[in-house]
Amino acid sequence: MNDAARIRNFCIIAHIDHGKSTLADRLLEATGAVDARDMRAQLLDTMDLERERGITIKANSVSIRYTPPGGEEHLLNLIDTPGHVDFSYEVSRSLAACEGALLLVDASQGIEAQTLANAYMAIESGLEVIPVINKIDLPAADPERVADELVGILGGTAEEILTVSAKTGHGVTELLDAIVDRFPPPEGDPGAPTRALVFDSYYDTYRGVVCHVRVVDGDLETNADIRFMATGLTATADEIGMHLPADTPVKKLHCGETGYLITGIKEIDLIRVGDSVTAAKGGADIALEGYSEPKPMVYSGLFPTDGDDFERLRDALDKLRLNDSSLMYRAETSRALGFGFRAGFLGLLHMEIVRERLEREYDLDLVATAPSVEYEATTADGNMVRVSSPQDLPDRAVLESVAEPFVKVMIITPSDYVGTVMELVQNKRGEMGDMTYLSPTRVELHYNMPLAEIVFDFFDQLKSRTKGYASLDYEPGPYRESDLVRVDILLNSLAVDAFSTIVHRDKAYQYGRQMASRLRELIPRQLFDVPIQAAIGGRIIARETIKAKRKDVTAKCYGGDITRKRKLLEKQKEGKKRMKMVGAVEVPQEAFISALRIDD
Amino acid sequence: MLPPDSIELADLAARWRSAYVHIPFCRRRCPYCDFAVVAPGDANTANLPELRDSYLAALHAEIDMEPEWEPLDAVNFGGGTPSSVGAEALGGLIDHLDSRFGLAAGAEVSIEVNPEDVTEEMADALVARRVNRVSIGVQSFDDDVLETLGRAHSSEQAAAAVAICQSRFVTGIDVIFGSAGESLASWRSTVERAVELHPHHLSTYALTVETGTELWRQVRAGGKAPDSDDLADKYELAQELAVAADLVQYEVSNYARPGNTCRYNLATWGQGEYLGFGLGGHGHRDSVRRRNVRSVAAYVAACEAGARPEAGSAVTDDPEMERLVLGVRRMCGVDLGNREAAADSHPGLERLAAAGVIEIARGRLRVLRPLLTDDVAATVLSLSP
Ligand SMILES: Nc1nc2c(ncn2[C@@H]2O[C@H](COP(=O)(O)OP(=O)(O)OP(=O)(O)O)[C@@H](O)[C@H]2O)c(=O)[nH]1
Ligand code: SF4
Ligand SMILES: [Mg+2]
Repeated sequence: MNDAARIRNFCIIAHIDHGKSTLADRLLEATGAVDARDMRAQLLDTMDLERERGITIKANSVSIRYTPPGGEEHLLNLIDTPGHVDFSYEVSRSLAACEGALLLVDASQGIEAQTLANAYMAIESGLEVIPVINKIDLPAADPERVADELVGILGGTAEEILTVSAKTGHGVTELLDAIVDRFPPPEGDPGAPTRALVFDSYYDTYRGVVCHVRVVDGDLETNADIRFMATGLTATADEIGMHLPADTPVKKLHCGETGYLITGIKEIDLIRVGDSVTAAKGGADIALEGYSEPKPMVYSGLFPTDGDDFERLRDALDKLRLNDSSLMYRAETSRALGFGFRAGFLGLLHMEIVRERLEREYDLDLVATAPSVEYEATTADGNMVRVSSPQDLPDRAVLESVAEPFVKVMIITPSDYVGTVMELVQNKRGEMGDMTYLSPTRVELHYNMPLAEIVFDFFDQLKSRTKGYASLDYEPGPYRESDLVRVDILLNSLAVDAFSTIVHRDKAYQYGRQMASRLRELIPRQLFDVPIQAAIGGRIIARETIKAKRKDVTAKCYGGDITRKRKLLEKQKEGKKRMKMVGAVEVPQEAFISALRIDD
Repeated sequence: MLPPDSIELADLAARWRSAYVHIPFCRRRCPYCDFAVVAPGDANTANLPELRDSYLAALHAEIDMEPEWEPLDAVNFGGGTPSSVGAEALGGLIDHLDSRFGLAAGAEVSIEVNPEDVTEEMADALVARRVNRVSIGVQSFDDDVLETLGRAHSSEQAAAAVAICQSRFVTGIDVIFGSAGESLASWRSTVERAVELHPHHLSTYALTVETGTELWRQVRAGGKAPDSDDLADKYELAQELAVAADLVQYEVSNYARPGNTCRYNLATWGQGEYLGFGLGGHGHRDSVRRRNVRSVAAYVAACEAGARPEAGSAVTDDPEMERLVLGVRRMCGVDLGNREAAADSHPGLERLAAAGVIEIARGRLRVLRPLLTDDVAATVLSLSP
């Protein structure tokens, strides 16, 4: 099958938890791509972290074959995307490999913030969008209301909207037919020199770098000599295949098809997502439009607990970046923590996921420092410095002003909660923009807010104050000058750079107090009293003391049971190993992580 | 007579051979106790007298299974409640140990007793059967505290028991501090009363929440756990009062008058060898540490079948390190041996020394603040030869 007219490339996009991965399950099942005995819920969520958390983190592509009634067999390349705002870069990259998008909406929840954000992104990328209302089996399902909301946003008519249940499979055949009927086939030129878009990649211990490619022009053949256009790297296509969803080698990927490509390339840092693959000789001259690098929202230091692991951490970051091109990092040195990396993330969840993946997939023990946004500091001589690490903030003596990133925030909430939301936003230094009624009971609110206020706990608070009904999306806006100060934390009179934070002056006192009291709980008692102080410049704004440890001994050992006693001591010794020495104070790794979970 | 806290005595004790014999039967199970105990209501206790008899027979069988050895310098009956089987049965065991291994001249034969079991008659019977040392589970002289601890005796019974034993045995008083509701004043009067009775030996134990005990369940359900600062205050208070009464501290929890240290105790921390008989018993012989099963049915069945009632054993992988982590509990400290070079300029030990917790002099490490002994031991564990 090599006729592009019988290929459809599409992705499934939606707000988080609206059922994308479950719908993908039904599509795999209905087309017989997966045996009943191999089926499991959210089959495409293969990462342990995805399964534990029940969310999709990585976009996943899979090819399935479907023959509509009375028609010919079609090849459908589907990409299941994540819904969480921190992973929207995955969505934007997936869109570039597709002609169509299924926009899924939970029939009981209706349109939420990422529904809109993702829908606009798909439309802007020129994709054909099929709106699909999911979960119609739920008792609380209200497909009519949701259809009204969709028509209001997308235009069109209610008749163009499909209704399905990814749980029961209701409507899935109709959906497959609509995919074939309504999504356009890929438009590439089979006769032109090969051009394939690398839209994802990962590192496999046995197979090396695996690229996910979409062949746009020409075709890609096993053993062909190829060239990565952006870097000029040449290689041989050792293996080419399709995800069905098991990796299945094929001789050739035809124009319009999606699959994977394995080369023997060792220089993993030269593989770029967004690059184009062409023939090594007589290839294309103009590369496909790649991806713009996303701008990190938050930064944090990543340090190995064991200083000897620095090189292993670098290697792990290089490999992980193959699979997560939104991850940025550069080497950094901390007085308290030694050699490590300053890394940029798209949000706190992203940061947490990266840290966990590094620890699990690369067997590292890491300390992450307080997350920070990137500030712009202007010094008296008019120079502007970007500060993503609080310790880099210029000295107060020469500091003229500090600007912080603001974001445009969209919140969708039931109208009952508008007052609650406004109060919260004001609390977080937000400025009201416009307000639109999506339906008589649901409102879309717009704000300008400092990014720093959003990234930490805003989302949790929004959810809890609106009983989970409000949803949130944001995009970068311009920088603005603010009254910002750096709060330092001194442990036993020594400033611990890892705990320094830049905050608005009004919140400095609260931050300092909170941090000091939290550290008092988190740091075990030492052999001497340890003062913890929070300070702005030289001024102490909060103080706590960890009283010296007085007792650390167990009573007699029962009946001469020396073995048990030894085991307990060995455990205590291991605990000591997981401590970071900060000056003369032993700080457990957990303290760095837990102290930074800011909540009110 | 060697001082209780002298290096010479400790070195001597390390070469003593002792035997521990466990008698698991108790009237009831105290809420904090995680010893191998058989109490009414437990499984297989429908016929206690019969169980007692078969247990004693099993003990004798186990003693027979142990390969011959040098004469014993100390025999210690612990429990449980050793007095629960009666002086005759204990005497039979002592005789058996004597015939099998021999008792060295001046051997210490000691027994743990609960105050409510001590009578003149029983004490005389024990003397007749060669028992020369008792440690009395007084726990407290405050009746409220005794109640919280779930003990069956009163403070008056405890004082009477001490008086009875005092003239017949080397007498030790065991007390526990840190139970819920025990004030510092109550603890003070307990220790004052204890030292006024002029015992030969005093053990002060901090109440510990052991996993699986009734106390542990209470704490887990939100009950008050012993507070570490309160325990430290009480420990130091006891230290002060004991020393003022001319008792010499020779180990983290133990005080004695010269000549009255507990051999079995010093041998344990001196990495000495001992045989462990009975339920949950622990033995240390020829660099092998072995432990017995904790189920009384399994214990009896094994011994009846002529098999050792062993639950596991292990060869000590690094005997020098073991000697160090045990030895630090003694007030005389421990010779650093092949770790001396590593201890020199070790950052962890330097911090401990700077804080006045330890002292290293002439190749010997001494803990100056015994309340931090585990911190020291855990640090010592990271010394390589
Ligand atoms: N009742 C009902 N539940 C559904 C349906 N579809 C999905 N769910 C449930 O909704 C939850 C979220 O489903 P997922 O498929 O993981 O949602 P998702 O959109 O892939 O979520 P992210 O990838 O994290 O954005 C799961 O508990 C599903 O079982 C449906 O049609 N009916
Ligand atoms: S009397 Fe002693 S051995 Fe028996 S249960 Fe009480 S504390 Fe445990
Ligand atoms: Mg998903």
